[in-house]
Amino acid sequence: MKVGVVTFPGSNGDTDCIETLKLVEGCEPQLIWHKSTDLMGADALILPGGFAHGDYLRPGSIAQFSPVMREVARFAASGGPVLGICNGFQVLTEAGLLPGALLRNQYILFHCAWTHVRVSSNRSPWLEGVEEGTVLRMAVAHGQGNYFADTETRRRLVEQGQVAFEYCDPEGNTSGESNHNGSVDSIAGVTNEAGNILGMMPHPERSSDPLLGSADGRVLFESLVRSMAAGAVGR
Amino acid sequence: MSTPVTLTDAELREVALSRQEYDLGVRLLGRETNRVELGILGAMWSEHCGYKNSRPLLGMFPTEGPEVLQGPGENAGAVRLGGGLAAVFKVESHNHPSAIEPYQGAATGVGGIVRDIFTMGARPVALLNSLRFGPPDEPNNRRLLSGVVRGVGDYGNSLGIPTVGGEVGFSASYRGNPLVNAMCVGVAPADGLVRGLAGEPGNVLLLVGADTGRDGIHGATFASVDDPHASHKGVIQVGNPFLEKLLMEACLELLGSPHVVGMQDLGAAGLTSSSVECAGRTGSGVDIDVSRVSRRETGMTPYEVMLSESQERMLLVVRPDGVDAVREVFEKWDLHSDVIGQVTADGTLRVRDGVEVVCELPIRLLIEDVPRYTREGKPSAQLLERRERDITPLAASVDLPVEEQLLRLLASPNIGSKRWVWEQYDHTIGTSTVLGPGSADAALMRVRQTGEGMAVVMDCNSRYCLLDPYSGGMGAVVEAVRNLACVGAKPLGLTNCLNFGNPEKPEVYWHLKESIRGMSDACRALGIPVVSGNVSLYNESEDEAVNPTPVVGMVGSLPDASKSVGIGFKEGSDVYLLSGGGQPTLGASEWLAVLTGEEAGMPPMPDLDAAARLHDVLRTGIRDGWIQSAHDVSEGGLAVALAECCIAGDVGLATSEWSTGADPVELFGEGHGRVVISVHAQVSEEDLAARIGDSARWERLGRAEGKHLMLGKAAPIPVSSLSEAYESVLP
Amino acid sequence: MSLWLGRVTVIPKPSVNDPQGLAVLDGLHALGFSEVEQVRVGRHIDVRLDAEGAEEAEARLCQMCETLLANTLIESYEVQVQPVQEGAAV
Repeated sequence: MKVGVVTFPGSNGDTDCIETLKLVEGCEPQLIWHKSTDLMGADALILPGGFAHGDYLRPGSIAQFSPVMREVARFAASGGPVLGICNGFQVLTEAGLLPGALLRNQYILFHCAWTHVRVSSNRSPWLEGVEEGTVLRMAVAHGQGNYFADTETRRRLVEQGQVAFEYCDPEGNTSGESNHNGSVDSIAGVTNEAGNILGMMPHPERSSDPLLGSADGRVLFESLVRSMAAGAVGR
Repeated sequence: MSTPVTLTDAELREVALSRQEYDLGVRLLGRETNRVELGILGAMWSEHCGYKNSRPLLGMFPTEGPEVLQGPGENAGAVRLGGGLAAVFKVESHNHPSAIEPYQGAATGVGGIVRDIFTMGARPVALLNSLRFGPPDEPNNRRLLSGVVRGVGDYGNSLGIPTVGGEVGFSASYRGNPLVNAMCVGVAPADGLVRGLAGEPGNVLLLVGADTGRDGIHGATFASVDDPHASHKGVIQVGNPFLEKLLMEACLELLGSPHVVGMQDLGAAGLTSSSVECAGRTGSGVDIDVSRVSRRETGMTPYEVMLSESQERMLLVVRPDGVDAVREVFEKWDLHSDVIGQVTADGTLRVRDGVEVVCELPIRLLIEDVPRYTREGKPSAQLLERRERDITPLAASVDLPVEEQLLRLLASPNIGSKRWVWEQYDHTIGTSTVLGPGSADAALMRVRQTGEGMAVVMDCNSRYCLLDPYSGGMGAVVEAVRNLACVGAKPLGLTNCLNFGNPEKPEVYWHLKESIRGMSDACRALGIPVVSGNVSLYNESEDEAVNPTPVVGMVGSLPDASKSVGIGFKEGSDVYLLSGGGQPTLGASEWLAVLTGEEAGMPPMPDLDAAARLHDVLRTGIRDGWIQSAHDVSEGGLAVALAECCIAGDVGLATSEWSTGADPVELFGEGHGRVVISVHAQVSEEDLAARIGDSARWERLGRAEGKHLMLGKAAPIPVSSLSEAYESVLP
Repeated sequence: MSLWLGRVTVIPKPSVNDPQGLAVLDGLHALGFSEVEQVRVGRHIDVRLDAEGAEEAEARLCQMCETLLANTLIESYEVQVQPVQEGAAV
């Protein structure tokens, strides 16, 4: 299965994604340059972390005009699995592919730490087969990861099972303390209605090796391989 | 060429040249200079570029060794790693710019050191920094601290290079003049290092990256005079990490290109020093047309273009037939490039503005003829009195329970947790950080290609160096090696950043000279080559020098990154104190400073032979797996070290046979050559004795268990109270 | 005392590098706004304050700019003051 990782100018998590995917059986990762309009036959796409186009103006705001984004939108509309990590999540919300927006962290500062997230809904090829309520230990590193959506949108997200991850403590309880960036309802990741597009602030690619602190993030990539093999993802 | 001018003292001060230096320049040149030439001469002869006070002393450093691939004199040094790779590293200061504008000053400092590394053809994989501020309870120092930390973080985070280690220290001496030293480490193929060479006449000079503006003109000279605030002029440099990221990726994409002869980043003194250095290394000349340099603003003079320190610019030397191919790579990354001149054979820096020649100076004059000063150094009577003072009565005046003393130390600025700082740094990007900030004595990176461990650390105790620069300089080296040993690594090479006051003052010169002598002797004894470095003098405010701060940056390796340990006690293991030479003392200690407010007494003297044996024990024990954690005893002594091991491991220490008294020397004394380890419970004491042999002395302190730290007869202290005190310092 | 609305504009000084402006310029060009020559990005801050008169309000706002709202080493600022109707939303 080919997984395309998009490099915007200013992306810096692209190599980490490639290196991590190389370790996942059944994945064949490849880089896609942001000026490209050819997805090179990718079966799934990842928009990595970083500071696309410098994050100037608003994170992700200028990246949405990179030529590749038209293809990403088309690919997503046809049901292809897309994962936006950190800055990739910001790009997806700015491009209107995911609901909500990411604001400056509650405590203003950039924050790099290990955190826990609870899988709230597994209605996505990236989480298929992962039991809801599972707690994953993951790295976070961002200055603008404070998720915001209005009340009506949040109601819809919950009803339709679009809240993929919530920040929590190691036991799986959400609280003000575990919600390190102040996201509304502790939301750490959401999907679109169909579930094929997932955006998340934590970094699964940095949480896929026990030597580096956690291997919990690997479950996303393994789920993807499983659901693709099962033909569960329509395109 | 414009007519020669007669110069006033004020004009000479602006370019930081003395009348004698100017006269020397005129004599060597055989004529007076014009304004452009004067500015160029001043920049190249400044301490910052020309090292006129420090060069004679730097000759003491050992710079060679079997693992050295590149010693001092290039953009960065390089040592051999396994698997045909090289570690490329250097540290650099950005003290004066950070005093003026902490955020941009620190950010552009990171930008500069990162360019030094990728210029050598290495991919930067880790950043560290060593920061010093005035006391953090004063609002201005807090403003500087938070600005510098944000600046360091934002720039490194944007580039995607993890900031994994370093140190933050506080002392009143840094009040008006904070220190911001940034270190970068990169990995390159050992046979693919790129140098800043001009090569054959006819080669083309390509200026790439940001347009040139009026920012930072006179930065080099500004860094070479006393008071940053009084001497500051010109436009503050604003960094653009996004542009630097593109520049880095494009330059790394050009590695191995047959068209690229040399690369040089533009740092202090901008286009002037970068072109002169390239030419100097190959004995060639350069011919530059400033009218071809893209400007960010109109009306800039040749003087301004040559001396601008606009950030995110690189100079490439390219073979004439390869220019188009090279520019194509930059265009892919949306980077602008200008052909601004060429390499010549006549050994001259010739600058034109279109058809008019505005500068013609021999390269030799700018590099080899820089004046060299050897001065007389002498400590002041006050300083000698301070270090010879009998501190016993002072120490005896402390009348607090041991646990109270410990909590006060843990909550003091130099010892307390720096979590607030390092959580602002992305330290997990790059998926290679095995041991990050707060978890070990050195940061440990896994080399992606080979799985080898690369350990990195920065160290300096400036109070030791103030009171006794010789043992202080030595101590900075030994502590760095000990920190590497505590994660299981052996040292490969050293870089340094020598932060001192005005060397024209006898005491400052004495500090400088003695520190270098101490560092050199330690390096020789322990077999560590100095491969790169930076000198930052004139760090003063209101005529007071900062504490002498010769910061050591060290890189080491261990064969397998997974066979390393952090500082946290492992529950159920046995805790021992290993010692190798040197008696602990309260002289110059953190305990004395925090509990009596005095910085006095003689700092500890390292025993280098004993230290080397101790380090061997650590490396072997960690490699073989029986040492499960290791933490060196430094500031705050044994009690603080034990508290830190408990906090990091989230477990207590139950003492059994260890029956320490309340002797502050034993609990809080500092010395070189002591390490707290936790050892697998299956290893008996006899077993341990056999493994260690004569290499170190050892003493069992207890077992890692429970939720309290027991210090002999002192009341048990809950680990949660230790944590609370430790985390209370910042912000 | 009466209520005033201070409209503060902070913008990088002419010689100071403005990476954000450069990025927006490129973005606009990429979207086809080829006529754009230069972009400088600053920020706009609304401050409601009590003051005796417009002059005092302006003077106080300038002090705020000097001490907090602008970094005068790299930014310049402009202040405009207008009266606020009691109870009106800004």
